[in-house]
Amino acid sequence: MHIEQLYKEAQKLSTKQLRDDIVQHLHERSHLLCQEGITYNKAKKDTKTEKLDAIFTSPIFGFPIMMIMLGTVFYITIAGANVPSSLLADFFGWLESQLTALFTFLHAPEWLHGMLILGLFRGTAWVIAVMLPPMAIFFPTFALLENYGYLPRVAFNMDRLFKKVGAHGKQSLTMAMGFGCNAAAVISTRIIESPRERMLAILTNNFVPCNGRWGTLIVFASLFMAAGFTGGMKSLVTTGILVGIVLFGILITFFVSWFLSKTALKGIPTHYTLELPPYRKPKIFDTVIRASATKSWSVLVRAVKVAAPAAILTWVFANIYIGDSSILLHAVNFLDPFGRLLGLDGYIMMAFILGLPANEIVLPILLMGYLSTGSLTEVKSMVDLKKIFLDHGWTWLTALNMMLFSLLHYPCGTTLVNIYKETKSKKWTFMAFLIPTVIAIVIPLMITQTVRFFGWI
Amino acid sequence: MGNEYRIALAGNPNTGKSTLFNALTGLRQHTGNWAGKTVSLAQGSVEYKNKTFQFIDLPGTYSLFSNSKDEEVARNYIVFEKPDVTLVVLDATSLERNFNLALQVLEMTKNVIICINLIDIAEKQGIEIKERLLTNRLGVPVIKISARNKIGFPLLLDTIDRIVTGAIECQPLVLQYPDEIEEKIRQIEPHVRAIVGDHVSARWVALRLLDGDESLLDEINRLITLKGAS
Repeated sequence: MHIEQLYKEAQKLSTKQLRDDIVQHLHERSHLLCQEGITYNKAKKDTKTEKLDAIFTSPIFGFPIMMIMLGTVFYITIAGANVPSSLLADFFGWLESQLTALFTFLHAPEWLHGMLILGLFRGTAWVIAVMLPPMAIFFPTFALLENYGYLPRVAFNMDRLFKKVGAHGKQSLTMAMGFGCNAAAVISTRIIESPRERMLAILTNNFVPCNGRWGTLIVFASLFMAAGFTGGMKSLVTTGILVGIVLFGILITFFVSWFLSKTALKGIPTHYTLELPPYRKPKIFDTVIRASATKSWSVLVRAVKVAAPAAILTWVFANIYIGDSSILLHAVNFLDPFGRLLGLDGYIMMAFILGLPANEIVLPILLMGYLSTGSLTEVKSMVDLKKIFLDHGWTWLTALNMMLFSLLHYPCGTTLVNIYKETKSKKWTFMAFLIPTVIAIVIPLMITQTVRFFGWI
Repeated sequence: MGNEYRIALAGNPNTGKSTLFNALTGLRQHTGNWAGKTVSLAQGSVEYKNKTFQFIDLPGTYSLFSNSKDEEVARNYIVFEKPDVTLVVLDATSLERNFNLALQVLEMTKNVIICINLIDIAEKQGIEIKERLLTNRLGVPVIKISARNKIGFPLLLDTIDRIVTGAIECQPLVLQYPDEIEEKIRQIEPHVRAIVGDHVSARWVALRLLDGDESLLDEINRLITLKGAS
């Protein structure tokens, strides 16, 4: 008899339960061995970890605690970033006027001033002012939770949900990584053993907003969604909106995972062992320093590196004329009808297209687009910032759609490159681009058409 | 080179397997590639009583069900490359989880040594391990070590020596499954033996076939072709 034939015979004999029975039996035997072969003398067994696990991974409290933790991290980030962000904006506004004065003093040509100050300086200054403070708070806070040992518990809690949609529990860990950077998270999916479930994790990772999109989400949530509130309440509402956005992204993750595992990526989730390490008091100082120094700084450097050339390019496009309008305006006018359909506009669509290399630059490009054509308002504070958007016909609906599009749209260039490197498949890389794009178009379209149909706006 | 022996190191991740490997072999290491696999395994040698022990550091895994590439590499090495001795490194502070892997290795191969590592930390935590009792239960030597402090190395090397010279005969525990599964194994096992002979454990192959391990078929076919050629 051939081995293949024998395999078929064996499979006929086998049941779906068999693997579970084998694993169960191994566990029982291990337990028995430990009971006989090990004694705990000082009763020093780690009861603290067990007690905490009973709370953190409890079926009742597990999820509420997760929500609260997530909300707390966001709240600290938003509330804490407000003041330094506006201080930085003020500082850069002052610096800009000083630099302009210097250029005038040197009789520098107008185009040079435009390109370097209005293009390069403004673009990068905004990236820094808007993104640095939230990042400098978000990363260390998140790192503290991570070092404390809470994240594996999140994976444990989420496991059941992921299994239900046919995905792998470890996907929640790669998602947590995605909050920092989707490109890094795609590489981190290597911890998922089965290729099928790994593909699910790769294709859906994008629905977790990376730090490049945090800036955008935080700015619009606080400018438009929490506009009627002030002080602490404002931060709280902004937090609520952000938690909602993140939950929506997770919902989409589940939906897409479920859909794919019923269609293109059929299969049953595999077994795996998740190590729940003991809780450790994190070295707070070390963690904070390391997280701010390495993560925040490197992300910022990357953002500036990409934003600087993009800023110059945008300024150039906005100032080279073909016929009676600039290249930028031609592109904007071309994209405008489609953008309007989604409750957005041509500038926003163009910002997202030019923002393909990095999500960090979407907002600066959008701002420069608006500034280059509208009135030459100097953006010195957050209030001025809102005025620019209002001048271009923004409403809460535009802001909501912008946030949703940012949450759901195609991954950035770096992430796509990593997806190709990890999957070695052009087809799946294209799918990783296509799936989010379709969703990012369909959802704002539905929302906008519904809102307009009912005349809510 | 009749006195060179291959010793494979298996174990869960984070059990100090690589610490043990490094402590034993020092700088006498190199990285070897294995036929048909792009995964490379670190190797290092130790001279002991006129013998050369080649240690091979297998990937750290929680199980050997071939869920992942790592598990497949470790499993294939133990079963098909047939090292002279397989060391299973366990973490003394979480033995219950670690024993799973040890039990799986015992099903796959005969010459096994169970190394309970991190014994210094376990003792601090008040965990007392009766290695004699475990040796009796498992049918293979159980040794307590601390790779970091190089505790237990002489006994470990001596035990390896005595296994390869045949002074110790390992009789690994045969894990009995519920009757229902045992019955199925009984039906498959003789057919497996007819195909693979004594080269690999027929009982283990039978279990894996029942479990639906398709990747094993290729390995067995390769084994049969090799045997046919020689």
